Amino acid sequence: MAPRSPAGRTSGQGPAPASWRDIQPAPVVLLSGPEDYLASRAAESIRSQVRIAQPGAELVRFDAGSYEAGTLTMQASPSLFGDWKVIEVAGLAQMNDAFLVDALAYLADPAPDVVLVMRHAGGNRGKKLLDAVRAAGATIVDCQPLKKDGEKAEFVTTEFRLARRRIDPEAVRALVAAVGSQLPELAAACQQLMADTAGDVSVETVEKYYGGRVEATGFKVADAALAGRTAQALSMLRHALATGADPVPIVAALAMKVRAVAKVHGVRGSSVQLAKDLGMAPWQVDQARREAQRFSSDALARCIRALAEADAQVKGESRDPVYAVERAVTVIALGDG
Amino acid sequence: MSADMSAGPSSLPTTGVWAELRGQEQVVEQLRRAAQSGAPTHAWLFTGPPGSGRSNAARAFAAALLCERETLTERGCGACKACRTVLAGTHADLTNVTTEKVTISIDEARELVRKAQDKPSTGRWRIIIVEDADRMQERSTNVLLKAIEEPPPRTIWLLCAPSPGDVLITIRSRCRSVGLRLPPVQDVADLLVTRDGIDPVTAEAAARAAQSHIGVAKRLATDEGARERRNQIVRLPLTLRSVAGAMRAAADLVKLAEAEAQSSFEQRDAEERAALLATLGAPETGTMPPSMRAQIRRLEEDQTRRAKRSKNDYFDRALTDLISFYRDVLMLQADADQPLVNEPLRPELEEFAQRESAEDTLLRLEAINEVRTRLVSTNVSPLLAIEAMTVSLLSRKDLDR
Repeated sequence: MAPRSPAGRTSGQGPAPASWRDIQPAPVVLLSGPEDYLASRAAESIRSQVRIAQPGAELVRFDAGSYEAGTLTMQASPSLFGDWKVIEVAGLAQMNDAFLVDALAYLADPAPDVVLVMRHAGGNRGKKLLDAVRAAGATIVDCQPLKKDGEKAEFVTTEFRLARRRIDPEAVRALVAAVGSQLPELAAACQQLMADTAGDVSVETVEKYYGGRVEATGFKVADAALAGRTAQALSMLRHALATGADPVPIVAALAMKVRAVAKVHGVRGSSVQLAKDLGMAPWQVDQARREAQRFSSDALARCIRALAEADAQVKGESRDPVYAVERAVTVIALGDG
Repeated sequence: MSADMSAGPSSLPTTGVWAELRGQEQVVEQLRRAAQSGAPTHAWLFTGPPGSGRSNAARAFAAALLCERETLTERGCGACKACRTVLAGTHADLTNVTTEKVTISIDEARELVRKAQDKPSTGRWRIIIVEDADRMQERSTNVLLKAIEEPPPRTIWLLCAPSPGDVLITIRSRCRSVGLRLPPVQDVADLLVTRDGIDPVTAEAAARAAQSHIGVAKRLATDEGARERRNQIVRLPLTLRSVAGAMRAAADLVKLAEAEAQSSFEQRDAEERAALLATLGAPETGTMPPSMRAQIRRLEEDQTRRAKRSKNDYFDRALTDLISFYRDVLMLQADADQPLVNEPLRPELEEFAQRESAEDTLLRLEAINEVRTRLVSTNVSPLLAIEAMTVSLLSRKDLDR
């Protein structure tokens, strides 16, 4: 029979937070912090480690928000067959009082053969329990979101290293720029690249899979539209909308650019003087003047009217706001055409 | 309601609460009869174009109902304490509901329902005047339905709205309707002369420029700045030459609206805030307790709504003035031989009418009206909407350049 104590019991360890990557099963594990993806990876790692040591281990899951008193004690009590158990409790941030009471009691006397994994997404709810967990010296994993590009790049590099694959630093940068806004998406992209390609992953490979995917903003759309690059403007608009950009600020960005062009349209005089009059920077005036060359007065008037129309439609006048924005972008990009 | 249906101006009493309802003889007759019957209907809906004196008519009616005279035919004397306090809006049994925000909230409507159950304290009736019934959203109005249909025996509702279509049909059907007409220019001018002591020439010009809107006419007659601002807006189509110019004009208009909203509310906002802080007993330094922060936030939200309403009203006035320019142009183009609203601008108007066709003028009117509706009904960016309007006012010749 396998030893009754799980590999790497950490009950004697101090409350220093463990890293989610090298977490090991412990009688009580707390996954705290807002990044769900890291927490789920940590929980998964614990599950698989327990299963390797004890293939017959049982998994029990429940939610701390809809917890019924006694469930924890019942699940944690030793079974007749002496199997191992992993108990995963989600939603500690919304825990009810019954769970708080039971969990505090359990912490004072943890059951043998049980790995209790608790997930707390943040906030002050259940602070008493969190303090008790800390005092009991349980394993605590801090699941903070990766905010800086450097952190994301390190995440990607580590993913590849652990899979014994190589990726060029340039490719890491390209991957983070293309899909870095969401961590699960970034991780999925790493998995896909590893599964679909052989050998080193280079920039070209990343371009092949995620090229053309840009995190487009309203201003990029506006720049392309005013430069007359119709196809690019429309595809960027679609990118921006598909990645969750709101149509309202896109229209505002378009209006700002078109307004600058309309203000300098047909006005003579030096850029410096004009910039002072209009409250713009001289380089903005120069840029607007360059863009204004494409437009006749009539076309410009049409653009402004289309934008006002789009503004009203994205603010509730129409059920299909995207169409109005698309039309405004087309009118602007076509100019006199 | 045609003019010859109403009795001559001689039937309008020169004293008493009805004296200032110029040009509304027929309505006065209807209301006076109701007040003198001693048993008026419990719900009334006053409708009429802006400036026709809806709320004044409602208030005069309320005064006549609460008048202290015993004889029914003498009610509405305008001299007793009840009449004077009602006209001043301070009578204990009169609740006057108006709003400086965009809408009357549902909580305010619920409060009214509660208030409607109170017995009158000193007078004969408890009267509730809702001056901006059109500013109630559907759900707020629904709260009032039951209270308006079957009020307690001594409660009378007086609702005011620009047109019967502005209130829910379920409210309309519960009210007796009073339709005010736009008073003739001469009547408005007479009122300004007799009530406010303005010289007849200025009064008539102001009444004409205000298109019989009594409140606007008074402001135009007494406020040099208002006259100047109106003049600028009306002349706007004469000065538009290029897209860049149209953009500048739009930016100026928006800036003026913001300046006006700010100048009229800046000081009041600060005073209200100081008063609230004093009432709450807020600490002078250090952090504010959360409960107080919530109250201050609510006040700030109310102030923002008030500023938005003020800006919207300003745009609405400006656009109405602009419409009057194109209305005059259209009259000249159609040889309609009607008096012009902007008589002083006649030479410029005639020249302008030659430049474009009546069809163009109608298109411009449509563009202005579209912006008016949009500013009120949708939360559009005012600057962009007005820019779209000013570029639409450019003539084809300007656009081809």
